[in-house]
Amino acid sequence: MKVKASTPLVRFFLTLDVDYNMPYDLITKLEGGIMMKGKLCVLFAGLLVLALILTACAPGKKEAAEEEAVEAVGRLQLVKERGMLIMGCNAELPGFGYINPAGDFEGFDIDFGKAIAAAVFGDATKIEYRPLTAAERLPALQTGEVDVLNRNTTWTLTRDSANELDWAAVTFYDGQGMMVRKDSGWKSLEDMAGATVSCTTGTTTEMNLADAFRSRGVEYTPLLFESTQDTNTAYEEGRADGETSDKSQLAALRSAMANPDEHVILDVTMSKEPLGPLTAHGDNQWNDVVRWVVWGIIQAEESGVSSKNVDEMLSSKDPTIQRLLGVSGEMGTSLGLSDDFMVNVLKAVGNYEEIYERWLGPEGINIPRGPNRLWNKGGLLYPMAFR
Amino acid sequence: MDLRPEVLKPPRVEVGLLGWLKKNLFSTWYNALLTIFSLAFIYIVLRVIITWVVHDARWEVVVINLKVFMIGRYPREEAWRVLAGLGIVVFLAALTWIFRGAKGSPVKRWLMIGWLLSFPLIGILLRGFSRENRFLPLVSENVWSGLLLTLVLAIVGIIASFPLGVLLALGRRSKLPAIKVICTAYIETIRGVPLISVLFMSQLMLPLFLPPGLRLGTVMRALTGMTLFSAAYAAENVRGGLAAVPIGQYEAARAVGLNKVLVMALIVLPQALRTVIPAIVGQFISLFKDTTLVVIVGLLDLLGIAKAVTGQREFIGLHQEVYCFIAVLFFICCYAMSYASRRLEKVLGVGER
Amino acid sequence: MSGEGVSGCIPFKGVDMNQRAAMDEHRSVVPFWRNERVLKVLAQIVFVILVLAVGAWALTNYLERGLKFSYSFLDEEASFDLAEGIEFSPTDPYARAFLVGVLNTARVAAIGIVLATLVGLVTGIARLSKNWLVSKIAGVYIEIIRNIPLLVQLFLLYFAVIMKLPQIKEAFVLPGPVYISNRGIVLPWPRVAASFGLWWPFLVVALIGAVALLIIRGRSLKHTGRPSFNLLWVVTPLVAVPVLGWLLIPGNPLLLDLPEMVTKSGGVLKVEGGTALSSEFTALLLGLVVYTGAYIAEVVRAGILSVPRGQTEAARAQGFTNRQILSLIVLPQALRVIIPPLISQYLNLTKNSSLAIAIGFLDLYAVSQTMWNQSGRVVEVFFMIMASYLTMSLTISFVMNIVNRRMQIVER
Repeated sequence: MKVKASTPLVRFFLTLDVDYNMPYDLITKLEGGIMMKGKLCVLFAGLLVLALILTACAPGKKEAAEEEAVEAVGRLQLVKERGMLIMGCNAELPGFGYINPAGDFEGFDIDFGKAIAAAVFGDATKIEYRPLTAAERLPALQTGEVDVLNRNTTWTLTRDSANELDWAAVTFYDGQGMMVRKDSGWKSLEDMAGATVSCTTGTTTEMNLADAFRSRGVEYTPLLFESTQDTNTAYEEGRADGETSDKSQLAALRSAMANPDEHVILDVTMSKEPLGPLTAHGDNQWNDVVRWVVWGIIQAEESGVSSKNVDEMLSSKDPTIQRLLGVSGEMGTSLGLSDDFMVNVLKAVGNYEEIYERWLGPEGINIPRGPNRLWNKGGLLYPMAFR
Repeated sequence: MDLRPEVLKPPRVEVGLLGWLKKNLFSTWYNALLTIFSLAFIYIVLRVIITWVVHDARWEVVVINLKVFMIGRYPREEAWRVLAGLGIVVFLAALTWIFRGAKGSPVKRWLMIGWLLSFPLIGILLRGFSRENRFLPLVSENVWSGLLLTLVLAIVGIIASFPLGVLLALGRRSKLPAIKVICTAYIETIRGVPLISVLFMSQLMLPLFLPPGLRLGTVMRALTGMTLFSAAYAAENVRGGLAAVPIGQYEAARAVGLNKVLVMALIVLPQALRTVIPAIVGQFISLFKDTTLVVIVGLLDLLGIAKAVTGQREFIGLHQEVYCFIAVLFFICCYAMSYASRRLEKVLGVGER
Repeated sequence: MSGEGVSGCIPFKGVDMNQRAAMDEHRSVVPFWRNERVLKVLAQIVFVILVLAVGAWALTNYLERGLKFSYSFLDEEASFDLAEGIEFSPTDPYARAFLVGVLNTARVAAIGIVLATLVGLVTGIARLSKNWLVSKIAGVYIEIIRNIPLLVQLFLLYFAVIMKLPQIKEAFVLPGPVYISNRGIVLPWPRVAASFGLWWPFLVVALIGAVALLIIRGRSLKHTGRPSFNLLWVVTPLVAVPVLGWLLIPGNPLLLDLPEMVTKSGGVLKVEGGTALSSEFTALLLGLVVYTGAYIAEVVRAGILSVPRGQTEAARAQGFTNRQILSLIVLPQALRVIIPPLISQYLNLTKNSSLAIAIGFLDLYAVSQTMWNQSGRVVEVFFMIMASYLTMSLTISFVMNIVNRRMQIVER
């Protein structure tokens, strides 16, 4: 390719020309004189254009507009207009949130998301899952990328106060535990003198572990990994004598091991880990929706309403059940939902007991209900009054 | 050597297998010893490897998950789009190969335009438009994974970093002190720290420094990091190319009256860029290998997917098979590319002038 | 760019006065936006303002989030535990945790550089061996290693090789004894005994003597021009004096600390004594050495090939032995070519040690990650990471540049 004076690029440079007394006929000489590597020039220009396109393509504008909208009308309205609930969740925690072989999300945490979708739309399928890592999860909620976050996130004072987040309710009372080999014969942390313990770094687990052993005056060696999977591999291969994490997570990991029966979770709780869904700070209406859906599900178990008998229960004489199912009162309307929202929820996912048994019961990853029993059965689940 | 008369060749038995063996393997006693040790070494290594590959390894983990390795979490019903993108590349590559000899033919220019258009086209094809679009529904780049993500990261990284690298190189060679100092500081800082810290910056710190409304997904953030990192290395390559352009070229161009911008754009850069093509290919190969680092910031590239596969319940603990497969895959890609770049170097005749 | 001070016209010889006057006139009417001197200053000001503006914009966004910037957290109690490197307990401050990380990185980088150089030197020479088989083995090693990402190699080494080693109760015991299990490698290691205080002056004397002899012999080589056994002259005092000292003083100054398998009260098996290389450290070190070694081999090969054949042939004609040719003729010349790319390989090794985080070794980066996760001070810790790596890079460059300059002078 030869450079022509008429080429827009050359013209453009000529208008900027500092050497304005350069004879014009030189330009014509350029035509015959300067051979330029046309391909490279085109390539270079193309790359520049491409870089610009890529920059311009960067997503964000539409979502930014969405965010401004949320300031004005509230998240509930926004979700309704979008026709889709976006929930941040875990994608690799068996029992709580994971991708099944068919490629769908399922688990305990996922069912609560479905319940919220059912409450808002009457349709549990109107939900989109955003798998998030531990480090991303809180920023994703703060920036409004997800409407609700339900990813085994511990409710702590620091997170609640500093991070512009609001927990809605507790769906699972967890605690940090310790898994060891059965043949070690250990029953408590005091037995574990000199043991190597594998642990995921960057979590409260790491600090609780240090506290627990220090307070007992037991010598140990921590082995820190960046991902839960590596932590588990190191334990399973015998690189470590014990593994520590939330008990629910340990149960899930154990269930996936080659020989689950060779491992036991010690009856030690090193910390309190109340887990539950959370929403962005300051949107009380949306937070109320999430928390009352969770409490509704717990209330349903307390009142004996399940996915199987919900239609019969509509004619129940019990005033609590009547209010729960929207037969009397205007509970749903005051939340900004339809009055029968709990009917939809229960038909979609069932009550707390059903959800628990489905994922965490003996057919699931098998965690004893422990503190996650109803308050009147010796547990901690206590829904606020439905009136 | 060819011109030497035949009679001058040493009168030694150097023909045949025996001659070759004697010359290359058993020329002296310690050479013979070395040969025997080497043979023993090769025998042991090969026996271990072959026994494992043929006998002990459970390759079904690779076979069953082949699709997962390739496209990861990309929706299965949309997988044709990846194939279509691959098809475009293969088609263009085939045409380029067919017309490789045709110097200066217009076909070549069209091919170049085709290549340039193919990148945004494939990008659009892979990403789609909006959720509601019936033909190309949105597949957010956050679900791209596997080999697809590795390739996207490496290719976009190298393309996006190149213009930035050229600007940085020009800045570093500038006579204007402020520009020179800032560009040099940038290049040297990036080159002095590991890629993982740059990725960490883009993953965790970038969101903190962006306005609250502007959000980038994880893949976009990783791409930003790769680009910023790669630009510093591209700048050094381009700077080398600029230094290789003889000073006479500047002076001659100035003497015929071109202004500085024109001298750069028409005379110096085209020559400089031509000489740096092999270096850029080399940089691409190392960037391709470096994309594996995104696994540390939680992305599912080829290595990330491999890690996820080793966690599958049925295949738990099959690290050897999975990582060996990944290693072989990377080896094939990188070796092919470095072989191609050596060929390219010959074709371009770089360093022969 | 060439052509200083060209503003408005092309200067050339033989311009007559009229023309020059016309040009000067011309120059005087050049508007400031075309005056190159003004443009130069303007361009710089605009550029600096742009850079500052981007920086300020980013800073505003950061501050708008209500985040602070302070290093006060470094004095606070870390309350997490680190098991690799120097002594650390959860009550120590963050600053000490960071120091643990820095020292661990420095340790793996220093040992790695030495070993990788050895591997690279041997492989590079093997690649050039006249023995076809040896050269091919070296070539295959180099190609395989260079074309697989380091991180993949580390995963393979750690998860597929070291993790699959026998568990500690079935540990391999090599004579020595050396214990090998998936907990790591434990080697016998010398331990300083009470009489070491009497012995160390002998070591110092030996070292001084060796260096002095090296210099003297080097000078005499220059004067007489006769080659002599340099190595022998240096090694003899280096070995003889400490041995003499060992015999003279009472008791053994150094004891060999033998590792031993013990069972702790909780039933945990542990190998105590000797020196222990954790499996994470072993994997990282091995991975870095093998990977960088392949690159160094290529550097060495290119360096040796850069020495013209005539040099070798001339030396052979003079009657030099093969070893003399390599050590006196080829290597000194090759080193000039080798050292600059070698520096960048050393820097790469140091930077690559940050991949430790993927296999659980507590290097600078891994410790930093724990630090920002537990303290929430992302930006502050990030600057500490950058500063540490830059310091290490600069130190290596500085030392190696001195070596490089030495080599160039010796050559002349």
